[in-house]
Amino acid sequence: MAERQTNHELYQRKIALRHAVIVASCAALLILSLIVSMNIGYIPLSPMDTLRTLMGDGTERETLILFQFRLPRILISVLVGAGLALSGCIVQGISRNALADPGLLGIHAGAGLMVILYVLFFGAQSFLSVLTLPFLALTGAGITAVMIYVLAFKPSDGVALLRLILTGLAVQAGISALTTVLVVKLDDTQFDFVALWQAGSIWGSNWKFILALLPWMLLLIPYVLMQSRVLDVLSFGDETAVSLGLGVEKERRRLLAAAVALAAVCVAVSGSIGFIGLIAPHLARRLVGPKHVILLPACGLIGAALLSAADTLARGIMQPAEIPAGIMAAMIGAPYFLYLLARTR
Amino acid sequence: MKQLQESVRPGPALHTQKKSRALAAWLIIILGPGLVAWLMALSITKGAADISLPLVWDALFRFDGGDIRHLIVADLRLPRVVASALAGAAFAVAGALMQGMTRNPLADSGLIGLNAGAGFALSLCFAFFPHLGYLKLILCSFLGAAFGGVLATGIASLGRSGALPMRLVLAGAAVSALLTALSQGVALYFNVAQNLMFWTLGGVAGSNWTQVSIMTPWIGAGLLGAVALSRFITLLSLGEEVAKGLGLNTVLVSILGSLLVLVLAGTAVSVLGAVSFVGLMVPHLARFLIGVDYRWIIPASAVLGAFLLVLADLGARTLTPPFEIPVGALISLIGVPFFLYLARRQRRAL
Repeated sequence: MAERQTNHELYQRKIALRHAVIVASCAALLILSLIVSMNIGYIPLSPMDTLRTLMGDGTERETLILFQFRLPRILISVLVGAGLALSGCIVQGISRNALADPGLLGIHAGAGLMVILYVLFFGAQSFLSVLTLPFLALTGAGITAVMIYVLAFKPSDGVALLRLILTGLAVQAGISALTTVLVVKLDDTQFDFVALWQAGSIWGSNWKFILALLPWMLLLIPYVLMQSRVLDVLSFGDETAVSLGLGVEKERRRLLAAAVALAAVCVAVSGSIGFIGLIAPHLARRLVGPKHVILLPACGLIGAALLSAADTLARGIMQPAEIPAGIMAAMIGAPYFLYLLARTR
Repeated sequence: MKQLQESVRPGPALHTQKKSRALAAWLIIILGPGLVAWLMALSITKGAADISLPLVWDALFRFDGGDIRHLIVADLRLPRVVASALAGAAFAVAGALMQGMTRNPLADSGLIGLNAGAGFALSLCFAFFPHLGYLKLILCSFLGAAFGGVLATGIASLGRSGALPMRLVLAGAAVSALLTALSQGVALYFNVAQNLMFWTLGGVAGSNWTQVSIMTPWIGAGLLGAVALSRFITLLSLGEEVAKGLGLNTVLVSILGSLLVLVLAGTAVSVLGAVSFVGLMVPHLARFLIGVDYRWIIPASAVLGAFLLVLADLGARTLTPPFEIPVGALISLIGVPFFLYLARRQRRAL
């Protein structure tokens, strides 16, 4: 009996160690991809040049390229990737369904409508206006989320997931139609901005936007990580959660609000990027299993790696044209979604 | 055969009514075209240049090549209106065929990847063969539409439960996302984004007689084929087993029906761009007015679809002068609430 106990403990420890190694290698992989992506772009820099410049010893031109263009963009893609991935992880955990993704639910479109309207009327030049963007995106996403929830709710069976996704799709179609109607009056540059936003090009790639995004991330990500136990209990199913003494509806609403907020502030600076929130949680679950205390960090790292890799690819392979990261994400993500759909019964 | 048909009660899935109302059908099919023609004439009079109804009449039947207003009617407005009507009828009938064959109330060419597939094919054409003729563009858009549709329906039918309505919509959405991303990528890389954007937004603005003359035989043949096939579509809509039991060659009918859907939707998409929801809404409206018999539903859908698109085109041109609203966006705004209502009524889950 005692022997079995120790065996069990050993096994637990082994698992924990394995997960730690996996997460650490995710982080290493992320850092590696960042180094690569610093070298890649319209003007290639060698790894040594990059390192020298980072240490503050580069030529003026190298410094400009790295600090004014490349670094902010990489950091934004890391932050946004992590944010979208965590948001997707929460939505999938709450709904206990593999197909859920804040982008599919039309959250992006709602946030985007507000952002597009604001940028068109006031521009995104001054620091103040950049700081207000996340608030606007939050408002738009919040309104959209409530609307979708109300429309998908039925007294007979609450919010059935599939109906939720269908409703999300429809609301998304409606919002993009509305956006189209609104952008009819635009001139060419404004029109290009809207097209780029919808394709998910990481447009807000300078330090201002990073500063606008950071406080939100520093607020939301720790909160989400603290809720990992609650997410675990929720993923057992409602009856179990209730019998364990959890206020299911209240917790679910809180977490959903956090997920929507995360997705909204991210797309405010990056444009509409789908599928990252769908794939990252899946990969993470495959690697470290369903426990949120380890799943969430792994998920955030993988999301960051995915998006920064997608952006690097977009900048690297398609010279001189730039393919928006959102398009790359959809090219990788949509087939995966279809594969999942074919597997579910 | 006829007695058999009437003794079989349709299933409750799609059809809430028990009887077909032939009178309503006759009214729509006989009076409808007249109404559509009147709306088309009205639509021609509206626009930047001031043109009256009698003038339209004169331009049509007593054409005077020296009169600039006659030229505006004949060369700019008329082809556009005719293209709208034809494409509307084509979208609606394609939707009716799909809904009847699959018994899926959410089937629509825009929702199952046909539009995105056609768009992808067109983006490739714009990028690699910028000087293709219109006929070849239509053929490419057929192929693309077929590719998108087969991909979405194929993936939705995998898995144990087969292609349930909601699964099909999800698969269609993902296939559309993928193909749209691909075409955007191609468009950006080869710098043809503007052409593609113009097309995607659903513009009949650039319709000319060449386009109309090429699309008319295709859509005409498609509509006639659909009417010829309509009896068997009714049988199919009773369910696979019932249709087989009545001695119907279901495979043959499905193949013919799918071909017709491709011809109709593919042509309409190549002319009008990515317009969704017409094929979703119109057949439902027709069923609501007429009942369950596709011999009536299909011609009535053609008339109602033409009416809807001519109306939408009129709205697109006159609501926000001097700007035009893209037709596709306008129809989506009407179509989305309708779709939501249908999705709420779905009882079966994944």
